Parts: sequence; structure tokens; C-alpha cells
Amino acid sequence: MADGNGDAPGTDDTRLTTDALANAVTEELADWEGRELAAFTTRRPESKERYLSGSGLPVKRVYTPADLPEDWSDIGLPGRYPYTRGPYPTMYRGRTWTMRQIAGFGQAEETNERFRYLIAQGQTGLSVDFDMPTLMGLDSDDAMSLGEVGREGVAIDVLPDMEALFDGIDLENISVSMTINPSAWILLAMYVAVAERRGYDLNKLSGTIQNDILKEYVAQKEWIFPVRPSMRIVRDTIVHCSREMARYNPVNISGYHISEAGANAQQEIAFTMAITKAYVEDVVAAGVDVDSFAPRLSFFFVSQADLFEEVAKFRAVRRYYARMMRERFGAEDPQSMRLRFHAQTAAATLTKPQPMNNVIRTALQALSAVLGGAQSLHTNGLDEAYTIPSEQAMKTALRTQQILADETGVPHVIDPLGGSYYVENLTGELERGIDDYLEKIEALGGVVAAIEQGFFQREISDTAYEFARRKAAGDRPVIGVNKYVDETDSEKIETHQLDPASEARQIARLRRIRQDRDPRRAAAALDRLLAVAKDGDANLMPATIEAVKAHLSMGEITGALREVFGSYTETPVF
Amino acid sequence: MTAVQEETVAEPIRVMLAKIGLDGHDRGVKVVARTLRDAGMEVIYTGLHRRPEQVVEAAVQEDVDVLGISLLSGAHMPIFKRLFELLGELAEPHRFSIVAGGVMPDEDEAELRKMGVAGVLGQDSTPEAIVAEIRSLVRR
Repeated sequence: MADGNGDAPGTDDTRLTTDALANAVTEELADWEGRELAAFTTRRPESKERYLSGSGLPVKRVYTPADLPEDWSDIGLPGRYPYTRGPYPTMYRGRTWTMRQIAGFGQAEETNERFRYLIAQGQTGLSVDFDMPTLMGLDSDDAMSLGEVGREGVAIDVLPDMEALFDGIDLENISVSMTINPSAWILLAMYVAVAERRGYDLNKLSGTIQNDILKEYVAQKEWIFPVRPSMRIVRDTIVHCSREMARYNPVNISGYHISEAGANAQQEIAFTMAITKAYVEDVVAAGVDVDSFAPRLSFFFVSQADLFEEVAKFRAVRRYYARMMRERFGAEDPQSMRLRFHAQTAAATLTKPQPMNNVIRTALQALSAVLGGAQSLHTNGLDEAYTIPSEQAMKTALRTQQILADETGVPHVIDPLGGSYYVENLTGELERGIDDYLEKIEALGGVVAAIEQGFFQREISDTAYEFARRKAAGDRPVIGVNKYVDETDSEKIETHQLDPASEARQIARLRRIRQDRDPRRAAAALDRLLAVAKDGDANLMPATIEAVKAHLSMGEITGALREVFGSYTETPVF
Repeated sequence: MTAVQEETVAEPIRVMLAKIGLDGHDRGVKVVARTLRDAGMEVIYTGLHRRPEQVVEAAVQEDVDVLGISLLSGAHMPIFKRLFELLGELAEPHRFSIVAGGVMPDEDEAELRKMGVAGVLGQDSTPEAIVAEIRSLVRR
């Protein structure tokens, strides 16, 4: 579909408020403040001096048509530029969001069993959580992996682990999202190897690797190599997928971790857009046409506690992205301009005291994700503040989404808060806030320079500290923690227990596979990989696919490449 | 709101905060670092991804009063076990108290105390409680 005229510059015909209406409203507001409001607050003052949104923006008592954006073209229609209302014309009327509960623990076989359980419960997409060694590109038998193997995700060392992970699951018909970053390209190589072995058409595979390395240095802190070579790997995966895997999302640019590390909603979307700009600039600089890869960029945001600000946040970032892609990068394909995102409710808001309250928190956060037009959603388990979720906790979390989809009527109308004086105003504020941050980052020399100067890290740690202080002062109520504390609380919940023998089994299997492989094929594959790594213009993907097929382990691959690329160490700021 | 009181003793309390292993969650440890520093303590933060050996050696060398270990990855039991093994191998017994912080199930907290952890702080510990806990351990 053509882009249409949704972006026509404002004319008098498309203005949302006339000067006459704005003046009349402002006058009436002043009058009301002098009469009804003044009389009322004399008798009963408001509960606070000032009210702030979750990210600290002052919010007014009431909003009016005078607070609306100037022109209808800022709002527009769903599936049309600037995509404020959603990336698709039918949104949840066409297909409800993908219910994608992340899972992963122990060995591949154990996670495979959980996947099959979730599919049987009506889940419509898979999402894999990996253990820390896999996330950091280390093998299960590395000394640094002590205690972490299969702990908070599934352990993957070699291709046979990946084969076991997806055993019996039809990868042409279910999309798989993999939360993996510095080692993402190796997991992608394994995924391709599994698919090829099963004779799948690679262009039919739909799925995502997170692969958002810049936010690792900013927030999540999982890394292997320094920033520049890591950026090259991201570029290689984007370029490879644009050629070989038409439906695969090679990067999922993530604000979620930026938020969980302490950032507020404004910082989350601003930093995410700054990072997006850096990736797009990099790939464009490699001579790739923006419209050949931008349609496959996907995003991941948190759905935090401040309901309306979250909805406004999703709308603001969609609009900002559309404008950036078209105006700054000259994208012409509408698909390059529409931001699609996965949302996850905010784990850091969940509490250990009175854990059943977490079900309610998660339901409300899920509501804001749906009101904000998320394409897929993970709802957290109520036991998140204890350990990784039990089967029961995951089931309740999934049911929360199903109730939202089938019982509330919320999905029937697209962007139902569109036109709300408040939400539209906040959307505009947050969109402008992105621009302010991008200017600041530009002045520091861009994202990489800003990372090296600790800019993001300091911003995030300042906000986290401020939040902790406000929480301690009771200014940020957390029910069950600093308000309505129940000393007699004895809610007990059943938590997930890790099989203590899992780590030893995984290490034994890894060693057996190293023993049994063809050593000449493995050595040749490693040599080729190193040669490709040294050539900055070459693409790492084909050599990595051969390396995993030769049963080289993840730690062997990253270990060898550290010799070429070096390692990363952070200078912490607090 | 009670402001965290300034440390008034001549010798400030020295605290080392450490992240051991692969866990990258550093939001909490940084908030704690700042809270203790604002309360007048000397705070050394190791940064991420340290080995247990490095942390024990640094804590001894820096002659700290308290060593705080932050873990949110769930690997706290094996890592603390290894840490106490290393402490047991020191030529002279260490003089610092050990505090654990992060996401830990209740039953593990009890186990950690048995191992020799003097205090366990969670995500819901207030800044005041954290400062008070550290001061009570040093008892000057």
C-alpha cells in the first residue's frame, strides 16, 4: 500500500484545535481554577504539591484540547505514516499479539519440554533464555561458568545442544526469539545449521535474535569483544539476513534492559533510538540500501508501572522512528518506517513480599503494552523476585494475556487512547525528549564515544539512585514494601528448582562431542574463521555456520576470535 | 524521611563491593555503593565479572572492614561456597565481615548465614537499613 497523504503538512483543514477553541478552553480553565478548583482545594487540598509521571515529567491536573498536537498528521491512522497509532491497519483485529513467554533452564532437553508445555497451553511463539555462559560466549566447562550452567537459562555449547532444544518443534511454523547478544551470531549460525539439516527453506524461517550489542555496554553488561569489532559482527548478521533469510529479524533493539538497569521511560526510548541510529548508519556505510534491511529491524521495550506514560512512550517512539527513518535515512519503503516491538512487563517492579500482588502488577503492565500496540508480549511470573519462574507461575502469566485478549474487549479498537488530551500531549513530550537526548549524544561524538565516556552508564545510575531514594522516602509507594507492609505475611510460593546434576551432564556431553568430532574439519573451519575475522570487509556468518557444523564449541570460537578482536573491560561509574 | 547520617568517626569504614562471575546486574550494587559513600564510608567497587580469587586477594590487600558481594544470577550458592573455601586457605584469618546482596530465595539466605555470611540484603532493603547493617557489623 502506498504511504498515502497522512504526512501532508498541516493545513487549516487538518488542525486539531482552532485558535478560537484553544483560547476559549484556556479562558474557561482559568475561570474554573479561580472558582470550582479554588473553592474545593481550600476545603480539601490535593494529596501532593506536584504530580510526576514515572519518568519524572510533571503532569497536570486535567488536560484539554489546548494540549493536543497541532495537526492531525501527528496522529493519523494505523498502518500509515507516521505510525503513531500502530504499525498495521487492523492491529489485533487481524491477529492478536504473539504471546511469547520466555523460557530456558538446564540442558536443552529440559527447556524443550517446557516449550512443548507452553505450546500445549496456547502459546503462539517461542522465546529462549540462555544461561550466563552462553550469553557471554563461554563454554560450560570454563572456570568463569561456575554455578551458572543452566541456571537462569538453557546451556548451549555446541550444535547438538541446539538440535535437542528444538527437537520436534516445527520451526517453519512457529517463530523463535532468542535473547542473546555478544554471542548471537553463533546461535544464529546454529539455528541455520539445524534448519538446513531439516531441509527447511531459510526464507520461511521467522524469528529474532536480540543481537543488540550497544545496549550491552550501556545497560545489560554482557560482552565479549570491544565495541568496534562487536559492531562489525552486528553489521555482518544484518547483511547476511537481508540476503539469505527474508523473514528473520537479525537485531532486536532493546530498551528493556536499559529500563531494568534503572533508566526511566524517557531515557529508555531515547537511548534506544540513539543506538538504532548508530546501527543504521553503520550498515548504510557498508553500502547496503536502507530499504533492504530496515524492514527487518525490530524492537523490545519494557512495559512499566505508569500506565498512561507507557502507552504514550510506545506511541512516541513509533512516531520518532518513522520520522527518523524517512527524513534522516531517506527510507522509501513504508515497512522501513514502521516500528514493531515486543514488550515485557517490568521484572524490577515485582516484589518478594506478598508475591501474589505481582500478578496484578503484571496484568496492569500488560494492559499498557496492549493499549500501546505491542506485537508480542511476555508477562512475568509472580515469582520473578525469587528465582526463574515455575511452570505454575508461567501458566498464570500466560492466562493473564489470554484474559486480556479474550475477555476485556481492549483489542477490538485500535489505539483506543488516541485523541486523549493527556496521552497525546505526553506522546509529544516524550517524542521531543528523544530529540533532546540525541542532540546531547551527538555533541559527545555519537553513541560509541558516549559509551566510552560513561555517559549512558552515569545517566542510568543517577536515575536508579534517585528512584531508590524516592522509594525509601515513601515518595514512590511500593505496595507491601513501603506501604501496607504486612509483618505477618506468610505467603509461600512454590519456586523452580534447578536439577543439581544438570551442570555435570552438560559438561560431560560437551567433552564427548569435542572428542567425537572430525579434528581436521574442526581445525580447517577455525582457520577459515580467523582469516575472515581479520578481513574487516568480509562477512563472518558463512565461516561461523561451517564452524558450528564442524562441532566447534561456542567458547572455542569466541576464544580464538579474542586473539583477533581483543576483550572488553568496563571502567565502572557509580 | 531520615537522611543517612554522615560518618563521624575519624577512620571511615572501608567497604569493598564486588561482582563475582558472569552476572551483569549492577543497578543494585551501584545504588549501594553510592548510598554508603554518601554516608561517609570509603567504597571500593570491583566492577563486573571478577573471579573469586581476585576478590579475596583485593579485599585482603585493601584491608577492608566489610566485603559485600552482589549476585542476582542465582549462582550465589556455588560462588559463596568457593569464596569461603578461598578464605579458609588464607595464611591469616580475614578480619572483614561478608555481606551478600541480590535476589536469593529465603532458604538460601539461611544457608548463607550458616556458611558465615554476616548479613543478607535484598532489593527491598532501604538505604537506611543498608547503612545501619554495615555499621552494626563494624561496631566501632
